[in-house]
Amino acid sequence: MIDFRTDPTTYKHWKIEYAGNVARLAMDVAEDGGLFDGYELKLNSYDLGVDIELADIVQRMRFEHPEIGAVVLHSGKDRVFCAGANIRMLGGAEHAHKVNFCKFTNETRNTYEAAAEDSGQSYIAAIRGACAGGGYELALACEEIYMVDDASTSVALPEVPLLAVLPGTGGLTRVTDKRKVRRDIADVFCSMEEGAKGKKAEQWNLVDKVLPNSKFDEFVTERAAEVAGKSERPAQGVSLGNLQRTLHDDGSLEYDHVRVMLSDDKGVATVTISGPDTVPACVDDIHQQGAKGWALAAARQLDDAILHLRFNELQTGVLIFKTEGDPAAVAAYEQLLLQHRAEDWLCREIMLYWKRVLKRIDVTSRSLVALVEHGSCFAGMLAELLFSVDRSYMMEDEFEDDNRAEASLLLTEGNFGSYLMSNGLTRLQTRFLGQADLLDELKQKIGVPLVASDASECQLVTFNYDDIDWFDEIRVFLEERSSFSPDAMTGMEANLRFAGPETMETRIFGRLTAWQNWIFQRPNAVGENGALQRYGSGSRAEFDRRRV
Amino acid sequence: MSGNTEISYDSMIPNNVGLSSDKRVLKALEKWHPGYIKWWNDLIPKKFQESRVYLRTAVGVDPKGWAKFDYVKMPEYRWGILLAPQVEGRTIPCGEHVGEPAWQEVPGEYRALLRRLVVIQGDTEPASVEQQRFLGQTAPSLYDLRNLFQVNVEEGRHLWAMVYLLHKYFGADGREEANDLLRRSSGSEEAPRMLGAFNEETPDWLSFFMFTYFTDRDGKMQLESLAQSGFDPLSRTCRFMLTEEAHHMFVGETGVGRTIQKTLEVMNEAGITDPFDIQKIREHGVIDLPTLQKKLNLHYTLSLDLFGQEVSTNAANAFNSGIKGRYMEHRIDDDHRLSDATYPVSRFTGDGIQLEDVPALTAMNMRLRDDYTKDASGGVGRWNKMIEKAGVSFTLKLPHVGFNREIGAFAGQPICPEGNVLSQESYDSQVADWLPSTADGDYIQSLMVPVTEAGKYASWIAPPKVGIDNKPGDFEYVQLHMA
Repeated sequence: MIDFRTDPTTYKHWKIEYAGNVARLAMDVAEDGGLFDGYELKLNSYDLGVDIELADIVQRMRFEHPEIGAVVLHSGKDRVFCAGANIRMLGGAEHAHKVNFCKFTNETRNTYEAAAEDSGQSYIAAIRGACAGGGYELALACEEIYMVDDASTSVALPEVPLLAVLPGTGGLTRVTDKRKVRRDIADVFCSMEEGAKGKKAEQWNLVDKVLPNSKFDEFVTERAAEVAGKSERPAQGVSLGNLQRTLHDDGSLEYDHVRVMLSDDKGVATVTISGPDTVPACVDDIHQQGAKGWALAAARQLDDAILHLRFNELQTGVLIFKTEGDPAAVAAYEQLLLQHRAEDWLCREIMLYWKRVLKRIDVTSRSLVALVEHGSCFAGMLAELLFSVDRSYMMEDEFEDDNRAEASLLLTEGNFGSYLMSNGLTRLQTRFLGQADLLDELKQKIGVPLVASDASECQLVTFNYDDIDWFDEIRVFLEERSSFSPDAMTGMEANLRFAGPETMETRIFGRLTAWQNWIFQRPNAVGENGALQRYGSGSRAEFDRRRV
Repeated sequence: MSGNTEISYDSMIPNNVGLSSDKRVLKALEKWHPGYIKWWNDLIPKKFQESRVYLRTAVGVDPKGWAKFDYVKMPEYRWGILLAPQVEGRTIPCGEHVGEPAWQEVPGEYRALLRRLVVIQGDTEPASVEQQRFLGQTAPSLYDLRNLFQVNVEEGRHLWAMVYLLHKYFGADGREEANDLLRRSSGSEEAPRMLGAFNEETPDWLSFFMFTYFTDRDGKMQLESLAQSGFDPLSRTCRFMLTEEAHHMFVGETGVGRTIQKTLEVMNEAGITDPFDIQKIREHGVIDLPTLQKKLNLHYTLSLDLFGQEVSTNAANAFNSGIKGRYMEHRIDDDHRLSDATYPVSRFTGDGIQLEDVPALTAMNMRLRDDYTKDASGGVGRWNKMIEKAGVSFTLKLPHVGFNREIGAFAGQPICPEGNVLSQESYDSQVADWLPSTADGDYIQSLMVPVTEAGKYASWIAPPKVGIDNKPGDFEYVQLHMA
């Protein structure tokens, strides 16, 4: 089982030094520290385990070290920055693991890429030694890239010529969309195994600047200080500590605020999120509660649960989201965060964390369903779940022998701009694409509890059923859904979820990784004689030369 | 194109590749040349640049008379481009293209791989000159000084050879790489040489001899396997380089041999029978055999590291694509494809040192290293014969391949020269018995006094049995420029 929980005392692959408002993050991968058997993590190559630690570092940087304004990403090894994802690991991994691995690494890259704008934490890549494939993708997600000009150090995306796959962790897209490398130059760069060094790398804008070895460290240090100086945040973070959970034999999972139950055949997982018992009175309370406060704790638990299901429960095709609690309490909690997000870093970080968790749900390749039952609390950030899922069902009127409060939704100001999707729109904007007037009307409903008939009228849920139809409709829907091809579901859902404009992020998830996942299925890459399988054997891949 | 084109002195660069009719490459090389000359002039002390050195210059590729000897000032040395004659109908000797006609042009598919091999090979050539730059000041004789410079100019020529290939066959990228070969520099903070071992200074003459015996022999093995390349120009280039490389090996073997010889002579004269009576031996200004063993241990193991990881994807690709063969590929009796063959490779596990059969394709480095060990043991045997003949009870040995390694299966493991796995503590407490200590280095350094009178030799080294080009014992190999 893959566990995403880690903490600084157990890191194997990264070393961090904090000095004032600059952190130096050294990648120093332990060769024998692979998550699975059968490969060695040579030359600072990485597997999921390395990335799990990085994700944890990036997360803790924001919560535990708000004082940090710049993070210098460098190598802890001589002569190599990072050789990218470990090829033997990829060659030996099942398709599903490859896909999930790429998705997770992409999410982590996006997270630290966004940290500059969101949190004033800028990542700066300081490249000394070979930086290839996923190694350069790590750098590409940084705000700035500096490289030593020593006639050896180079950046490269050698996936196509070497492995017959794509630089799929944002590589192709960031080269054109972020670094603004002209497309024909990008074509040249992405076809050359050896990459580009020195001035050429700078001319092609693959790096921001190359410097002689003797001036490099000083320059990077100065630059980091300069960048960090722009950010003004307090020194006192909140400790995230360890995430506690209980995993039962039947696969069910319990956290303080989140429960995951699996159906008998494990085809359906029900994720239930409990709302807050109490609402903090003021910002100080939020700081006081730290990682224990509901909003932060629940986000963290939900995040972990989603990752757990993605990697460890592959047969679970449907995720049902439920909530329980007082919608008004959720809305009030969120209101406090919203109100203070401008001046209080922690309020802001908690909101941003919800934004990321919701985005993670958006790109989770399972059929997503929300059941708005009596006693639920779909308000604010939890209401976002309704607009993230593929379908939602809401209980209407009283149910026999059910004395919970009648199901009602609560829209908040947060639903209109705090949790942007990867396409740069709110989920409501995406849901009602091109219907601005409808959105204006909806704004009028902020703070008004909406029972099933209202929610249906406002087009906020797919269906509402009373207790005559509810159980059968849900059962039939789940049985039907489970009978469809999982691949067709993944494809259909991913297409329907992201209406509207393209952004770099949607292009990374929707094009780059979709093509990559196609290539990952093709014999030219993964067949017995394909490039990925043959890599390292010395034998050349045999390609089916017909274009598809 | 005939391989026997006469050397063309009508241009700046002696060659047998028809350079004068290849305007494009000629122009490129003439552009590169000033940078090279600057590199050379910056490197070698002025005093020696002005001196006349009795050097051999490659003037043709006929095995019977390819070189001529004469006095020359080094900056005026004619660094030429000479390829072994083209063999009619040569085929690719190994890998999946075995039996196909050898490539006369770079196959697009293998451009990057080939270029990298040429660049790595090219990078080591000037590196060793840089490592040896201070040795001229302490040469034990004019004979040795001349040998040093001979090795240096020929390494320079080997750089030329690789640069020619880059210019001729690898287009604009090749030109860039050729320039970078002059940008990187041994031990430089700014732009070090590519391989770690080539960034260490050669501190004394014994190190130089050990280097030419052990490390240049790695170079020889690499050249031997590149001489098997299906890319014919590379093969022909390396075949000719090997004829020069033999002299470097000779300098190493005889240099160490003459050091041993002097030690044995002194021991016999002084009546010292115990080779371990180091103090007494050193009193006579020679290098004791145990210290020689330590130097041998050091240089042999550093050279083993140059073969890289035992199991290597790059090496497998290079063989399979027909770009780099095995040592003596043509004499090996198998299918030369190795699609199903295995080769035993050293592994270090919790249970100690083991051999494990792996696909032979991936074990190219290990195989070449094994061939190297065999090749390197020859000279050690001849040194031992000298010791035996002198009646001294001492045997020089190549240490176990697991000893003192930084690359590969044994990297960082506490393995003693006999091949036993020790505890780290036990290893640390004995390592001074196996590798030269600072005190050993200081002692050797103290012997490094220059001797510039023709026919005279420093205290620690015997004269050669035969002079270069059969010159008499008092021949003035270097006419030193006195400023």
